[in-house]
Amino acid sequence: MKHRSFLALEGINVAFPTKTGPFVAVEEVDLSIEKGQFVALIGHSGCGKSTLLNVIAGLQKPTRGVVFLDGDVIEKPGPDRAVIFQDHSLLPWLTVEENVRLAVDKTAQGKTRAERRDWVMHNLELVQMAHAAAKRPGELSGGMKQRVGIARAIAMSPRVLLMDEPFGALDALTRASLQDAVMALQAQLNNTVVMITHDVDEAVLLADRVVMMTNGPAATIGEDLTIDLPRPRDRIEATEIPAYNHARHEILHFLHQRHSNPLDRAA
Amino acid sequence: MSSSSVPLIQTYAGRLPAHVVSGQEAQIIPYPNSRAPAPPPVEVVKATLGRPKLRFDFLGKFGATVFPTLLMLITLLAIWEISCSSEGVSFPSPSRVWSESHDVIVHPLKGVSIDSSGLHIAENGDVGIAGHIITSLKRVALGYGLSAIVGIALGILIGQSLFSYRALDPLFQVLRTVPPLAWLPISLSIFQDAGPSAVFLIFITAIWPVILNTAAGVQTIPNTYRNVAKVLALNPFEYFVRVMLPATVPHMFTGLRIGIGMSWLAIVAAEMVQGGTGIGFFIWDSYNSSLLTDTIVALIWIGMVGFSLDRIVAFIGRRVARQA
Repeated sequence: MKHRSFLALEGINVAFPTKTGPFVAVEEVDLSIEKGQFVALIGHSGCGKSTLLNVIAGLQKPTRGVVFLDGDVIEKPGPDRAVIFQDHSLLPWLTVEENVRLAVDKTAQGKTRAERRDWVMHNLELVQMAHAAAKRPGELSGGMKQRVGIARAIAMSPRVLLMDEPFGALDALTRASLQDAVMALQAQLNNTVVMITHDVDEAVLLADRVVMMTNGPAATIGEDLTIDLPRPRDRIEATEIPAYNHARHEILHFLHQRHSNPLDRAA
Repeated sequence: MSSSSVPLIQTYAGRLPAHVVSGQEAQIIPYPNSRAPAPPPVEVVKATLGRPKLRFDFLGKFGATVFPTLLMLITLLAIWEISCSSEGVSFPSPSRVWSESHDVIVHPLKGVSIDSSGLHIAENGDVGIAGHIITSLKRVALGYGLSAIVGIALGILIGQSLFSYRALDPLFQVLRTVPPLAWLPISLSIFQDAGPSAVFLIFITAIWPVILNTAAGVQTIPNTYRNVAKVLALNPFEYFVRVMLPATVPHMFTGLRIGIGMSWLAIVAAEMVQGGTGIGFFIWDSYNSSLLTDTIVALIWIGMVGFSLDRIVAFIGRRVARQA
């Protein structure tokens, strides 16, 4: 029997039915991710990277192909694959604590009420949001909401953490501080992470490996780059490391020379 | 031309004086005192003069919103009075309403008594206008309460299941256009009795907006909430209580608010069958007795009560939405 990675996508095809026949979004994607690896998926808008993430999450069924997680076939969504959504997706009628609590109640079976409560607060502390536990999402800034979104996801102790452009809706300064927060968390928890982004710096700074996708339709993996940078990484110091600049250059070259934005070409 | 004495140097930014250009090397100068300790706190003297002014502000604001309404009311009454006070005009003027329906206006609670066992309304029909209103409100409470419960349940059903939506929505779309009075004969033939058929009339009038708005609310639950529920693997009951109900509450109350207005609209039609009591009967009765001024008083009461009902449901809606 051949060795299979912790998270393995094998021959994934996704097609959506349209009036003019099926639209192939993703074609023949094979991707193996080891446990504890932080993988960034990068590509232009509409290249099917969100589709791929949804397939791993179980929110989207592949037309063909299988996803294995730790040997199990993924068939439906579940809390072992926590998703951090771009728009944070907190439920506005629940407080910050209740939002995280909802996730904890579904995953922490067999724990007492007090233990669950402590676990919620512990995870809010990890993202520095314990002070806002009693607030509702509407009272928080965008960055704070996303911190809570992260707390909700990690509180589920997922086998894989999926991030769908987690900082896309944030301003540059807030984004930087959240990236730092994610790096600090990752140093502690060493999760297996798949993150979608279209920010080259974000990908190089956070990931162990950057997977570049070609443009859709029928998008697939174009290049797979290992980022060999020591950790902990610092966003200011990193710019002086040749390997960082090299990786940045490789990705920019891929995105802008070899697979430039289809919208720009059309215009 | 004194300015020409300063030597100017050509730069990217245009021609600039030498002392401006000379700072070629960018240099970060620490902001003075940026690390210095905070200045000692200044003792704050509490001002006591602001208060009375605030109260005036409040009165001013209140006046600014109420004054236009009052002005409109007075103008309207004046026009009505002037246009109806000349000889030969049969429609009563405000002063005639006041004098001819004096008893109805000043004794609204005639025949209504409150004791330890609750509220009592005289049985013989000789009841003040408030008594009629209370009777009507009881009927509305029953009919509207039923339509709220059934309407929300049906709304969730057709909002959640595409099959039942396709099955039932056309039926609802047709039935909701039927005016309340048209239901009257059907209602009477079903129930054979005036009491229940009046309640049914209110029920059938108020239910459509509740159903359709609740359904729209369920259908427009953002996809992200559904995805969250899927990732958390909420079971159907948890999804219903924790996501669907709270997400639908605002739409639900839009329907309930339209519904309460329509049920109050239906009450006059309903009470034409009912006979004996209620504000609808009162209007019918005053018309039959050619007491037009009484009808006018009743109209004002209906309007005020309908307005209050709407505000009450809106208020409950806001409270529930905040709790949810």
